[in-house]
Order: sequence, then C-alpha cells, then structure tokens
Amino acid sequence: MDIFVQQVVSGLATGGIYGSLALALVMIYQATDVVNYAQGEMAMFSTYLAWTLINAGLPYWVAFAATLAIAFVGGLAIERVVIRPVENAPVLTIVIVCIGLLVILNSVAGWVYSYIQKPFPSPFPEKPIRIGNVFFGAHDLGALGVTLVVLLSLYVFFRYTTLGLAMRAAAQNPVSSRLCGIRVGWMLAVGWGLAALVGAVAGMMVAPVVFLDPNMMGGILIYAFASATLGGFTSPGGAVLGGLIVGVIENLVGTYVRFIGTELKLTVALAVILVVLIVKPSGLFGRAAVHRV
Amino acid sequence: MTRRNIIALALSLGVGLALVARLAVAADMPGVTATEVKIGHTNPYSGNASAYGTIGKAIAAYFKKMNDEGGINGRKINFVTYDDGYSPPKTVEMVRRLIEQDEVAFLFNTLGTPTNSAIHKYMNQMKVPQLFVATGATKWGDPQNFPWTMGWQPTYQAEGHIYAQYVLKNVPNAKIGILYQNDDYGKDYVKGLKDGLGDAAKKLIVMEQTYETSDPTIDSQIVNLKNSGANVFYNVTIPKYAAQAIKKTAEIGWKPLHLLNNVSNSVGAVLKPAGLQNSKDIVSTFYLKDPTDPTWQNDAGYKDWLAFMKKYYPEGDLSDLGNVYGYTVAQGLVQVLKQCGNDLSRENVMKQAASIKGLSLPMLLPGVKVNTGPTDFYPIEQEQLAKFDGERWVLFGEIYDASKK
Repeated sequence: MDIFVQQVVSGLATGGIYGSLALALVMIYQATDVVNYAQGEMAMFSTYLAWTLINAGLPYWVAFAATLAIAFVGGLAIERVVIRPVENAPVLTIVIVCIGLLVILNSVAGWVYSYIQKPFPSPFPEKPIRIGNVFFGAHDLGALGVTLVVLLSLYVFFRYTTLGLAMRAAAQNPVSSRLCGIRVGWMLAVGWGLAALVGAVAGMMVAPVVFLDPNMMGGILIYAFASATLGGFTSPGGAVLGGLIVGVIENLVGTYVRFIGTELKLTVALAVILVVLIVKPSGLFGRAAVHRV
Repeated sequence: MTRRNIIALALSLGVGLALVARLAVAADMPGVTATEVKIGHTNPYSGNASAYGTIGKAIAAYFKKMNDEGGINGRKINFVTYDDGYSPPKTVEMVRRLIEQDEVAFLFNTLGTPTNSAIHKYMNQMKVPQLFVATGATKWGDPQNFPWTMGWQPTYQAEGHIYAQYVLKNVPNAKIGILYQNDDYGKDYVKGLKDGLGDAAKKLIVMEQTYETSDPTIDSQIVNLKNSGANVFYNVTIPKYAAQAIKKTAEIGWKPLHLLNNVSNSVGAVLKPAGLQNSKDIVSTFYLKDPTDPTWQNDAGYKDWLAFMKKYYPEGDLSDLGNVYGYTVAQGLVQVLKQCGNDLSRENVMKQAASIKGLSLPMLLPGVKVNTGPTDFYPIEQEQLAKFDGERWVLFGEIYDASKK
C-alpha cells in the first residue's frame, strides 16, 4: 500500500510539472490560436535569467518577480518581431517559425551559459514531509500550489477583467473585435507575453527538480503536449488536470503492469492521448471548435 | 629551343614531378605531408550531449601547444574537428567529409557510443584508423573483426566488475537494486556487474529499473527501488539523472550503499547540483586525477596541466574532468605519433597504437598505465575506487586491473 501511495504522490509531483508547462501552451493557444513549440525553450531561457539575477544577489522572490516582468516583455517582443510578419501565413509556416525559435533559444542559452547543469534554488524547505512511510517533497507540494494559484489568476483574468475579455474576443473573432475598438494586434502580443510569463513560472518550479540546463524542457514539452491534449487545448484547468493524470498513470502502469515496466512509460502516456483523441477529440474538458461556414 | 620554351618545359617538368611526388605520398600516407599530419575528429559541440564539447576544445588546445613547440618529428598537427551534435546520421556525414574530402590521415577520439557505432563498419571497410574513441563500450576492443578501431578509457564492463568485487567483499547480505539507461551503455555496465558477481548475481540483484533519455524525471524508479528492500544501489545514469537520483534517494529517506558510475562522478556537474551532503559516502571509480582534489595541489602533472589550461584554454572550466580527459588522450596520441617516426601510413599508425608498453601519463592516477598489444585494444584498464566524504573524492584500496581478471 505504501508503494502505491508513494507512486501516486510522485506521479502527482511530476504531473504538476507537466501541467504547469501545459498551462502555458493552453494560454497561448487560447489567446492567439497558435501552438507554440518554443514554449519550453522560452521557459528555460527565463529560468536562466532568474538564475543570473539570484546569483547577482537578489532575494528569491524579488528575482522571481523581476523574471516574470522580463519574460512578459520578452514574449511581447518575440510576437512583435518574429511572429507578426507571418501572422497570416499558413499554419505550417508558423510551426516552422516556432521550431526555429526553439533551436535558436536552445543554442543561445548553451552558448551564453554553457551546457553544464546548474542547481537552481527552491523557495520551499528542503526537508520532505513524512506521513507514515510516505514522503512528500516540500518543493513538489509548493510547486503544485503555485501552479494552482497561476491557474486561478488566469481564470479570474480571462473572466473578469476588461483586458482578459478583450483578448478572448480578439482570438475568437478578430474582425468583430476590431470593429468594437479592440486593438487585435496588440492583444495577440499581450497573449504571447502572458504565456511567456506563465512559462517562466513553470521553468522556475521545474528547475529545482530536473536541474537547470539548456535541454531541461526537451522531454517535459512532449508530456506537456500530451497533458494539454488530454485535458483539452481550450481548457486551462483541463491542462493542469491532464498533467496530473498523465503523471499518475505513467507511474502506476510502470510499476504494476509487468510487461510495460519502466521501458514503455512514455508509450503508455501517448496511447492514452490517442484514445482520448479518438473518443473525444477536443480533450476531456475542451470545447469542440465550431465554425460557421 | 627558345629560352621561353625551356623555361616552360622546366616548369611543366617541375610541376609534373611535384604532382608525381604528391601522388606518391597520397597513395602511401593520405593526410600526411612533409610538414603536416591532418587528423579528423567529431564531437558534440551542440545538442543534448554538448557538455562533452569541452573535450574537443581541450584536445585542440593541446595540439596547438605541441605545434608551438615545433610539432612531432618536424610535422605539425592539423586538427580538423566537426560538430555532430551527438546524432549518428550527422556523424556519418561529417566522417565521410573528413575522409573523402578533407582526406585526413585518421580519426581520433570521436565521441559517443551511438555515434561511433554508426561509423564502425565504414571505418573498417575504408581501412582508416578510428583511434582512441571516447566511449567505454566494450565493443571497441575487437581487433579480430575490427582491426582499425581502438578504445581508450576503461570499459564500462570492467568498471562493473570492480563494483561487483567490492560488494562481494564488503557487503554481507547484499540486496542490489539497479537503475540503468536503456541502451548499450547501460547494458554494458549491468553485464559487467553480473559477470563480476558470477553465480551470486541472480540471488543478489533484487530489482532492475530502466529509464529513457526522454524521461523528465526518474522519481518513480527510485521509489520502486527503495521499496524492493535493496541495500545497494547501482546507479548507471548520465549526469542529469545521476544528480536527480542522489537527491531523490535522500528525499525519500533511502540510505543504501550508493555505487555511482564513473560517467557521472563529476563534483561540479553532478554532486554539487544534487547537494554535497546528499552525496556523502557514495562510491565510484577513477583513473584520472580529479583537478578539484587537493591531493594533487603540488603534483607536477597537475601543475603542468594547470599551466596548459591557463595559456592555451583559458576559457575552460578548471573543475571539469573533461578537460583532463582531453589533455590526457591527446598526450596518448602524441606518443603514438612519436613512435611512428617518419612512417605515418595508416597501417603503421595502427601498428604503433597497438604497441604501447607501460606508458604513464601525467594526469593518470599513479600506477595507472597505458598498455596495448596486437590482441589488446583496451589501452587503459586500471581504476581505483573512491568514496565521497561530503567535500571531495577520497581514493582508497588498490589499483584494480581489469586485464588480469
């Protein structure tokens, strides 16, 4: 029984990591209708900035806030400079641009900071919390909490603020929005900025676990896509829940289904997604896209 | 015959002779001229394994030093190194370019198990030396079937043997849990341990877990290993996962005898990120002098290395064992070139590489020597165990010689 609970707890911890990056993916998709393949590398790059600030002597939370601000401006700038020229191009062009961005950010980070992995501090206590024979990492719990706070803020933002509502309108119906006086171009840029900000939070919560190096988001991005697909690309809450589900399922199947073991864990996660896509293409919590023709 | 004609004739004769001479050299010794020997190399300067890129840079820096000092037997080394990003198809492309276009004399210290595997057959078909490859897989020492390929560092299997002996001698009632990377590298290490344990292997090994390099974390595997009741943890992982494993075992309160593979025993890249306190009492193996170990502070070999780093590779990290590795393997090659004398044909390079006797190099641990022979394509086969005391690795016990077992 202990092993079962411990595997679930550890699955929730990893799932929280997937969910936090999935949240950033969903965020940008909702705000701009783009699936951003460079999301992981943007988060990684922001984390390096945070690392630089912390090493310069800033207290953790000051560096945290400063990184969020820089990430927001950086995301905004990327949209203005890189994405805007191809805004109306076919989907494939945008995908290629995003992948290009991924490679560039990865190489620049390696060039500037080297590929040696670095420890990244956690704001939470190091000592694990022990209940019976089950250990909860304090950082894992804290990170999950932070992800939920981000999720809640996004919900409030998109639901109750003028800017949030304007952004949703701009993504869903650009023409009508423009007629209402919403500056659609800028709304898209703000969407990228916010996604970069959410990604930066994810990066700073992930780095203490997987350590900071330019490739730290590589594997995680695949799982984040899986989580977002499972939960639904249009549902922030679904993305986080999707992450948790993927994390727990992969651990339990790896532990208890002998012929799958640890070798086919990733395959299981992907199989789950395939099934979801066949049965419910918009994800567990996503809305089916309806277009008037 | 006018004077102009004579000059023209003389010129064309001269050019013709020069061409013949050049062709003759090219036929015998590709990549070699009277003043230069051209050597090819691939290394991951970008991508997933780019932490190893520093090895290529250290080698290039060492050859620069040799050239500044007049070269070897009057010839300077022209070191051509390409980035393969640790991607086997890219390695094939780069190596074909090195051999067919750049016409290098031979390849030296190409890095990686999957990458070297991709060019293994090609090199032996082309009969071009693939010398001192930077991987510890066992398959590089097979002169019978692959006479043009030779390893360098102790093999993963040999290292596995050492841990097996250590466990058999020191841990009564051992229950071994293994975590390994699901590829040739991981399996080599596991085979070494099992061979070393012999018949006891089945009884002693209580659980084996694997991971893929695409896995974000290995937490789940560590939880399973702890639950298996193992009191020995054989950790066969690359630096990123090694650091995670050390941290996680401490976090879930598992305190086994932790055997950490040599691949990941860097203090700077693994133990520091994982937490030095969490790393206390881990056991690993060494064959090079760790530049962070104060034992070598006044050692002549260490001082020379330090001076070399400061002059020729000032941007290199002084705590990175990769820079010691590159320096040492380059010295190994220089020895081969010296032995070759004026005959730098590919046959002779292989012949000389296979006749190194008792060579000590300044940054190898005292007692560790390079030895090769016509049937022994494993240059370094000696290692020593070390235990981490919370600050640094402390060597203990004797030098273990894998060639004698």
